Amino acid sequence: MTQRRKFTRWLIVMVALHGIIAAAGFFAPYDPVEQDRERPYFPPVHIHMMDTQGHFHLRPVFYPLRLRAGSFDQHEEDTATTVPLKFFQRGAAYRLLGFVPSHLHLFGATGARVYLLGSDAYGRDQLSRILYGGQVSLLAGLLGATVTLFLGALIGMAAGYFGGWRDELLMRIAELFLALPWLYLLFALRAFLPLAVSPLEAFLLVVIVIGMVGWARPARLVRGVVLSVKERDFVRAARGFGASDVYLLRRHILPETASVLLTQAAILVPQFVLAEMTLSFLGLGVPEPMSSWGNLLAALQQYNVLVSYWWMYLPALAIVPFFLGYLSLASALQQRTRPYKIEEKSSWSPS
Amino acid sequence: MKKERLSSWRCRSTLSLLLACAALIALPAKGAPPPQQTNAKEELLSLPGEIGRSGGRLVISLRAEPKTLNPLTAADAPSREVIGAMQADLVHINRATQLTEPALAKSWKISDDGLQYTLTLRQGLRFSDGHPLDADDVLFTFHVYLDESIRAPQRDLLIVGGKPITVRKVDAQTLVFQFAKPYGVEERLFDGLAILPRHLLEKPYQEGKLGQLWTTSTPPSEWAGLGPFRLKEYVAGQKLVLERNPYYWKTDAKGNRLPYLDELVFLFVPSADAQVLRFQSGETDIITRLGAENFSVLERQQRGHTMTDAGPGLEYNFLFFNLNDLGEKSSADLARKQKWFRDVRFRQAISAAIDRDAIVRLVYQGRGSALWGPVTPGNHRWLDASIPHPPRSVERARTLLEQAGFSWSATPNGESTLMDSDRKPVEFSVLTSSSNADRTKMATLIQDDLKQLGMHVQVVPLEFRSLIDRVTQTKEYDACILGLASFDADPNSDLNVWLSSGGTHLWNPSQLHPATAWEAEIDRLMEQQLATPGYEQRKKLYDRVQEILAENQPMIFLASPDILVGAKNSIANFHPSVLEPYALWNVEQLYFRNSAENASR
Repeated sequence: MTQRRKFTRWLIVMVALHGIIAAAGFFAPYDPVEQDRERPYFPPVHIHMMDTQGHFHLRPVFYPLRLRAGSFDQHEEDTATTVPLKFFQRGAAYRLLGFVPSHLHLFGATGARVYLLGSDAYGRDQLSRILYGGQVSLLAGLLGATVTLFLGALIGMAAGYFGGWRDELLMRIAELFLALPWLYLLFALRAFLPLAVSPLEAFLLVVIVIGMVGWARPARLVRGVVLSVKERDFVRAARGFGASDVYLLRRHILPETASVLLTQAAILVPQFVLAEMTLSFLGLGVPEPMSSWGNLLAALQQYNVLVSYWWMYLPALAIVPFFLGYLSLASALQQRTRPYKIEEKSSWSPS
Repeated sequence: MKKERLSSWRCRSTLSLLLACAALIALPAKGAPPPQQTNAKEELLSLPGEIGRSGGRLVISLRAEPKTLNPLTAADAPSREVIGAMQADLVHINRATQLTEPALAKSWKISDDGLQYTLTLRQGLRFSDGHPLDADDVLFTFHVYLDESIRAPQRDLLIVGGKPITVRKVDAQTLVFQFAKPYGVEERLFDGLAILPRHLLEKPYQEGKLGQLWTTSTPPSEWAGLGPFRLKEYVAGQKLVLERNPYYWKTDAKGNRLPYLDELVFLFVPSADAQVLRFQSGETDIITRLGAENFSVLERQQRGHTMTDAGPGLEYNFLFFNLNDLGEKSSADLARKQKWFRDVRFRQAISAAIDRDAIVRLVYQGRGSALWGPVTPGNHRWLDASIPHPPRSVERARTLLEQAGFSWSATPNGESTLMDSDRKPVEFSVLTSSSNADRTKMATLIQDDLKQLGMHVQVVPLEFRSLIDRVTQTKEYDACILGLASFDADPNSDLNVWLSSGGTHLWNPSQLHPATAWEAEIDRLMEQQLATPGYEQRKKLYDRVQEILAENQPMIFLASPDILVGAKNSIANFHPSVLEPYALWNVEQLYFRNSAENASR
């Protein structure tokens, strides 16, 4: 029971986190590519309930920052103007979940820009960029995992079920893929493509590369499960009644691999999010001005950013709850579904 | 005529070579006590300025290893910088005043027709190995520079009016240079032409091995120069150590022989960020070629160093389009785009839409200047002040595009897209060098500026070598952002950029015939100024070149960064210039105020 509760709790947390990223347009106060050239590298504003005169405000307020005279990167609060934080504010147009056109934002301010997590080199809002960047990174991870698991299940089942030379061949190919230096593969692949690729093409390329490279491990796991399941009594019985290979695979063997696949999914998604971040960090992901978590961290490659602007590290923190969630989900899944129950039931598992 | 003179030189030179060898045997260079006091026979150059103290070792980082120590083959900036500290020229351009001053030649005279230059050498000068310098060394040097088989990069500068200049020796101290046509650069020509030691190089030259000589693995005993420092040690991949040249021909105002420093060390530190770290930790004493962002990091963390903004330099950054005539080879896509690029109104519209002030503010943190022409405010002698500086205007850009037949159409998501006359959307990519964060930043700003015109621009950061390959060889690109830094303020240093036949005529390099009327006019003006003596006349011609460039916008000039340098507080006489080599132009005068501090290292 507690296992089940733990699983449900993590599932709710993850759905909520993904919901925020999916509805980035609503939660982000600004358009992520909108530049404000007067405000590069502005630090996060401080939100006050109490102003400098000691008055209490029901509505949170902040003081807009301005450059200290004669400096480029020293800021001070302009305490003369108090700007209230407004909720459900109308702002930049966006499409909720990519479809519903809307202007409504969770919060915003009139008269001054509110940088909750600071701004980047072009005065773009870091919070908005992290939220929108999450869409790219998470979607790449999810799609990559889907491609991988689909390929892995297909190849693993074929290898395990048909056995013989087909098994040998597929497993040797899988080993080849495991040994492949995929980063260099991607560099090579990128060199073949036209110089300028649109953001969508770049994104799909990343997904395909991630998906193509990762299938070997799940395929081997699925093969192991199939090897043991295909010898079990209900499968033999079905075959005795004249069931076709496809029917057997679909009806009796695939459901048995579900727990392995689900656990793999929960492990693979964060792994692939990280892979997307690596690629974007190296400049192989979605191009400017679009953001992704890896793109955002790429700014830290410059020494001066590294030592001067601490809020540029924040995108690295954004991934922490997601990774924690996915890995907890994976462990809860593993405990709940007991993926190795097959071995317990069949006393004579194949060697 | 010329041949005759050169062959007679060769006969005489054999004799003097024998004499030189005899002198060498009689007076071994290394064993000779270096002259500390000036003696009457030596005509040394006395420099004004603060009197320093001797000793110390100055360390500076170099962004790449020099490829060679041979002035005849050096083409890369690190080699040039290192050679600059080891060699000397006849007439030198003062990097601070940007005017010429006597160097190895104590005086020069130009004949009234501008065809004959008479130079008089200083007396009693010696190479860094103690061997005396005379007119034969100069004759030999120019003979080698002009030898086609050597392929010295300086050779082009010595061809005037299609004919190489000829050099004649009058006596041991006097030389006459003869030109076929008047030469606009006048005596500035001699700057940077290192005078070579004939006693070391003549034999290898006759054996045809000169090009392979003086590599970075040359032992110090086979090397000699006339610069303030001489070769001591080269550690591949790590550093180059130079030591004080005891025979250097300059003194300070009190008559002490320069340079003050005992050693000058170049460390090879490839990345700009690593150079900053080395400087911060005190490993290097001087840092040059700083980016504005690293400059303010260092300025904030004051740790016994002073940061100096020397003002606008000569580097100009620009955006240019692929205007090459590719004919059959051109892809349909590029041919379609080139129809826009070739329209001057399209280029003018882009120039009008670019927010140059934002580039200066965001990319250079205000330490730079916006540009509307190739001549930066740092080059006040040649800047055409009458070139207009129109402020950013999206409206003007839109009007220009409308006149050129472009129109706008609204896309479903509410953005308007620029369409060309064939109703195709205007989209193109801009290449930048991935190792240059500044230019990538400019591209991102321009991308946003042009979005307001409905253009969809993609920024493509590429590794520098493959970028240059695309621009100059395969010519597969739409647009590109690059920067050029002239090594001298004189317009001739950019001859290769403005002549349509030049290899650095980036938008359409190495043309056989100028592709447009205005390129032909620039060719004509540049060649005319080359043959016109007198600054005022040349300035008028070069002003016209700048006007044509500003009007036709083959390059859309963006911004120029200031020269930013830093030095430890203990270094005195530190007066960085905006010309290369920035902080080291007066290296012979640099000294450590407190020798104890330096000795502790």
